[in-house]
Amino acid sequence: MLGYTITQWLFGILSFLSIMFGLMVVFSRNPVSSVLYLILTFFCIAGHYLLMNAQFLAVVHIVVYAGAIMVLFLFVIMLMNLNEDQEPQRTWLTKIIAAVAGGLMLFVMVGSLKGSEQLQLQSYGASQVGLVKNLGKVLFHDFLFPFEIASVLLLAAMVGAIMIGKRDIK
Amino acid sequence: MLSFILYKLLVCIIIFAISLGVAAYSTLWERKFAAFLQDRVGPDRAGPKGILQPLADGGKMFFKEEIIPNVSNRFLFILGPSLFMLTALMTGTVIPWGKDFTTAAGNTYSFQITDINIGVLYLLGVVSIGVYGIMIGGWASNNKYALLGAIRASSQMISYEIAMGISIIALIVTSGGTLSLREIVESQDEGVANIVWQPLGFLIFFVCALAETNRAPFDLPECEAELVGGYHTEYSSMKLGLFLFAEYINMFISSAIMSAFYFGGYNFPFAKELYHAIGLQEGSIWISLIGFGAFFTKIIIFINVFMWVRWTLPRFRYDQLMNLGWKVLLPLSLLNLGITIVVEYFRGNIHF
Amino acid sequence: MQLTNRSKIVSDKHQTAMEKLYLPAVLKGMSITISHLFKRTPTTKYPEQKRPMSGVYRGQHVLKRDENGAERCTACGLCAVACPAEAITMESAERKKGEEHLYREEKYAKTYEINMLRCIFCGLCEEACPKEAIFLTDRIVDAEYERDDFVYGKDKLVEKMDKRIDVTKRQTLAVAQFKQIAGTKHNTLWNGKQIKGKH
Repeated sequence: MLGYTITQWLFGILSFLSIMFGLMVVFSRNPVSSVLYLILTFFCIAGHYLLMNAQFLAVVHIVVYAGAIMVLFLFVIMLMNLNEDQEPQRTWLTKIIAAVAGGLMLFVMVGSLKGSEQLQLQSYGASQVGLVKNLGKVLFHDFLFPFEIASVLLLAAMVGAIMIGKRDIK
Repeated sequence: MLSFILYKLLVCIIIFAISLGVAAYSTLWERKFAAFLQDRVGPDRAGPKGILQPLADGGKMFFKEEIIPNVSNRFLFILGPSLFMLTALMTGTVIPWGKDFTTAAGNTYSFQITDINIGVLYLLGVVSIGVYGIMIGGWASNNKYALLGAIRASSQMISYEIAMGISIIALIVTSGGTLSLREIVESQDEGVANIVWQPLGFLIFFVCALAETNRAPFDLPECEAELVGGYHTEYSSMKLGLFLFAEYINMFISSAIMSAFYFGGYNFPFAKELYHAIGLQEGSIWISLIGFGAFFTKIIIFINVFMWVRWTLPRFRYDQLMNLGWKVLLPLSLLNLGITIVVEYFRGNIHF
Repeated sequence: MQLTNRSKIVSDKHQTAMEKLYLPAVLKGMSITISHLFKRTPTTKYPEQKRPMSGVYRGQHVLKRDENGAERCTACGLCAVACPAEAITMESAERKKGEEHLYREEKYAKTYEINMLRCIFCGLCEEACPKEAIFLTDRIVDAEYERDDFVYGKDKLVEKMDKRIDVTKRQTLAVAQFKQIAGTKHNTLWNGKQIKGKH
């Protein structure tokens, strides 16, 4: 079809959709629809993972992000009952800060992508690394230490959240 | 290739029809079963013994007035029940309903829509998306009670998913470290069913399944004493019907998953001896059909247990529900995982 | 602070480990419910099965005719007086020449109405009647859509000649004898037999 393979077509469609939904997240006035567009964006990204043969990552992405984190997001926004007319007025200062932060983010991303050509990617069985078995072996043999450090990081965040949530600390 | 696609299409349609049919007759049987437990007769007027009651209920649902609240978000209001129904039906795709069979021409067909090697994760994913139907529907109703019901549903489902996931991990350890449902069922082919090695895991899974399907004693999202009708307060006509119907489909599918995970799915004791005795060759379609029958019997027993629980136990209070989920089931499931790993190490199923 | 000695101390003992498990209690409850699965249902499936009705069931009223087909009611009004619910109203009229085959006595009820919504089916009208004219039967009063339709006139109350209503079951000897003592000499049973009383 027009000189592209099905994979390329799917990649194009998914990319278009994820960028479009990403923009909709920013541009929609209603916070709830913003969150719903964000969920759709996550689904598109899960599709990308599937295209890269990373099934485990795709499903975990949906379970964790779409299934749990975004539910909590939606939860909070629904309870806060934000409406279009109640949108807080933004001062010039916040706008400038947002622009600077966004610009820095762009700078970092462009910089990192520019350097990616020189990066030597270690290959783990090429296209099969995304399958659960291979991924598990890689994680628990070669990257056990970073993996555990990440879990400790999450634990620290969790303890911190509990401490903030506690009313009086003795 | 074409015959393969046609066959898969046929399997899809059959499973769709079976899901809907079982759900329809579950509604009747639920009422009948409740009646029997309460020394009553139950619906018996529509047709002989009331077997046309689901049709009458469906007809009534279709002809009821359709009400969409004026101030609600119309699109999301309709999206809610559709999404709930969609996710309920999507879970049926990875369940292995029977053994493969081989035709005379040598083609092998399976009683399953697709056997993906991350089937268990797929199930968890679909179940976790299922909550969006309730949340979107409840929010779009623009009703206090509907919103509270939706929020209850989502927090309940997220809380119980964790204990459920960990009990599934223990199950996967027992059944040889595979995420494919077919392989989990096949691993119970020779020896004993997983329930023998996972009694605690099964109990946790069962309680979590009750909570995930929003059934009593965990039906707080639609607790009529506190929340009018819960998340479907504003729904009427067939959209309400979709919500109620999807709950029964969820019940059917979770019964299927439980019997596949813990009770050997389409395997049953002395199956090989039986097939040998009546002279069936390996790969015969009759073996598949008998296996399907065994599987279905188990599913129906589980549906009855679901109903039995519903008509026995009173509803939990919300803080009790959260306490049970986080303070009892989560530590229990972690304990179960630990015990399982130790036991499996001594059985020689785990190698380091 | 204790005000009276009648206050009770409610036990707040903590649950034992066995009770905290909940499972035994849950299983006990489930065994109780499942045992009801095998119990007989006490339901009577009404239109097909009917429970036996007493011979003296007090249902819809009937105004009897005598053996010649003349109405027995003389519009004396005793039933209306006896009625605790004030459900009965009537208007009396004088019998004309040539109407002897229609009305038994010289005076008859031109209209006779019972409001079935007020009626409590106590049967006092039946007991009060000196002419053996009004009886309660084992027929059930029909459901209606309008309140007005529950006011039964003579068209519904007087028995039809081609569909005589048998009330001999409730015409017990004791009642008939009592009425003969208290009432007139003309008292007869429906089949025209004279009651063999002691007096």
